[in-house]
Amino acid sequence: MKSTDNASEKKCMNTNTAECSNVSHYPSTDYIMPGHVACPGCGAVIAMKFALQALGPKTILVIPACCWAVVAGVHPQTSLKVPVLHTAFETSGAAASGVRAALDIKGDTETTVVAWAGDGGTFDIGFQSLSGACERNENFLYVCYDNEAYMNTGVQRSSATPYGARTTTTPGDAWKNRRKKNIIEALAAHRIPYAATANIAYPDDMIRKFKKAKNIQGTRFIHAYASCPTGWRVPSDQTVSIARLAVQTNFFPLYEVEDGIRYTINTHGDRPVSDYLKVQGRFKHLAEKDIQCIQGMVDDDWQLLQRKTI
Amino acid sequence: MKHVLEGSHAVSEAVRLARTQVISAYPITPQTHIVEALSEYCAEGIMDAKFICVESEHSAMAACIGAASAGVRTFTASSSHGLALMHELLHWAAGARLPIVMAEVNRALGPGWNIWMDQSDSLSQRDTGWIQLYCEDGQEVLDTTLQAYRLAEAVNLPVMVVLDAFFLSHTYEPVDVPDQDTVDSFLPALSPHIQLDLNHPNAIGQMAPPAFYMEMRHSIQQAMQSVPEHFHQVEETFAKIFDRQYGPVSAYKCDDADLIFVMAGTAASTCRQAVDDLRAAGKKVGVLKLKMFRPFPCLYVRKYLETAQKVMVLDRNCSFGIGGIFAQELRSALYLNKRRPAIYSYISGMGGRDITVDHFMEMFDRTQTADYPEDESIWIALNNA
Repeated sequence: MKSTDNASEKKCMNTNTAECSNVSHYPSTDYIMPGHVACPGCGAVIAMKFALQALGPKTILVIPACCWAVVAGVHPQTSLKVPVLHTAFETSGAAASGVRAALDIKGDTETTVVAWAGDGGTFDIGFQSLSGACERNENFLYVCYDNEAYMNTGVQRSSATPYGARTTTTPGDAWKNRRKKNIIEALAAHRIPYAATANIAYPDDMIRKFKKAKNIQGTRFIHAYASCPTGWRVPSDQTVSIARLAVQTNFFPLYEVEDGIRYTINTHGDRPVSDYLKVQGRFKHLAEKDIQCIQGMVDDDWQLLQRKTI
Repeated sequence: MKHVLEGSHAVSEAVRLARTQVISAYPITPQTHIVEALSEYCAEGIMDAKFICVESEHSAMAACIGAASAGVRTFTASSSHGLALMHELLHWAAGARLPIVMAEVNRALGPGWNIWMDQSDSLSQRDTGWIQLYCEDGQEVLDTTLQAYRLAEAVNLPVMVVLDAFFLSHTYEPVDVPDQDTVDSFLPALSPHIQLDLNHPNAIGQMAPPAFYMEMRHSIQQAMQSVPEHFHQVEETFAKIFDRQYGPVSAYKCDDADLIFVMAGTAASTCRQAVDDLRAAGKKVGVLKLKMFRPFPCLYVRKYLETAQKVMVLDRNCSFGIGGIFAQELRSALYLNKRRPAIYSYISGMGGRDITVDHFMEMFDRTQTADYPEDESIWIALNNA
């Protein structure tokens, strides 16, 4: 495993912390129990922690095949304090629709139904059922915790894997040479009431978005960036700093889209994307020209996003 | 009260009377009339139910799984490619022990595209853990659908009510449609065995390691093995209220028969005519209609067939590389019996081709004159034969 550049790490740890410093208003109750079986430094667990802190106990989770299908506990134990329906890989949108319909017909309109899927279950195999649910404007919150590959099965490429990354199915010089699918844009095109990006390094923003999403009717989507030390080949104590760099380099700007048309940019950065790429083992093979190519993509995406906020 | 109903509408009437709460379906010929009627009932408030217009059959079953896990009565209908697309979730529904009821209209799979009667679709789902009940007429469809809910909820397994494409789904017959109060007296509200519950947070369908998985599968097999007894009780209760009973198998003139036809579905009606003609000619022939396919009603089959000399099985399906699927199941069911009549397997009527009395006569003639079966399965009425 290649170690990260300590100098750049220190730099990233020392920036943008002001907005996270006031912890007193954080919800205090945790709905994850100790003893879950995630890898050390798992960003997806941090995402779940904040999500449930914001959503509270009247939440039912629908979890398809993904890392969280394991993290949530192996029979006969569960690591979560809310009910969980485990379901097949590609079914989150449909299974959550069914849970919602059942609660509604029983008169329970208060409970929040949350589909909680990885990037493979969202961008790839589950995209059809998600798209169908969005088109019907099903009344639930869909969260994609994005660790940018099939991590649970051993780091295979997904359509959420970014350009330039090595995975076990884009190995060696055959590293991924296609862009990451822009899932928020695909969902905004469905004109759902709320779609937003969120990042575990920005808990204030993340908790605010989950609380906001909870109180909106219709299909809500949160794209939660969840760094994965195992798959990205970074030390497990770098989870949050890497996630923060994704925002600081504009690799993953934080923004919201309401009704598919009203864009609000929350947080972005202006550091070079190389600061983000060079601290991760999955990108270490990239030549300078490749990094410049990625910088160009990031710049293009950023300009496009800015135009949409006008 | 009797109404002249299409087979499809015998299903939708039963689903309405069962007070089904969540329906999730995707269109496919020839099951569409079922869900069109149910959509109308939901839209007009005739049913207090949610209808989810999903984007595929895969999602239809996924939504039923979600709804059933949240503790409500659910329904879907499918056919052919739709059922094949659902396959993964059929396993899931049974594995999660959810009492989902589905109407399955028996239709062929492509290519070539064929929307007509064939049993390959439902029989391909043999090992998914679904109870399968095959129907012969509109009344049996309505009654079986009502019984299916009670049976499913008694054993916590999903039930597939199977009806022939067009021959039954699109045929109009007089059907006694009971009133709501009578149905309520037969089918009480669902009392879920397990459900998602905020007060008792639980995980449904989670990862099961080797130390637990096998026991879970064993419990499904035990539940399946208890189905004939539960079905008997359901039918007894049903008969007291509605004065109708079907049985997992139904025998026609089998008591003294030397040769017995076996099949499922509407072909049984045609076969009875053939048997009457053969009896008139002095031949001791009977028909055993199979209603229940999963679990396979081994004890009933042995009871009715063991005294026959030869058994003629009609399969409107083929497991390529071996032959007719009902015939294979019968051979397996009779193998452990002391008395084992020879099984003559005939395949015909696939992809909507008619089966006539003449075809049964041909099966009879070939069986009567043979000392032993010519082949694993013999195809009847092939154009190039």
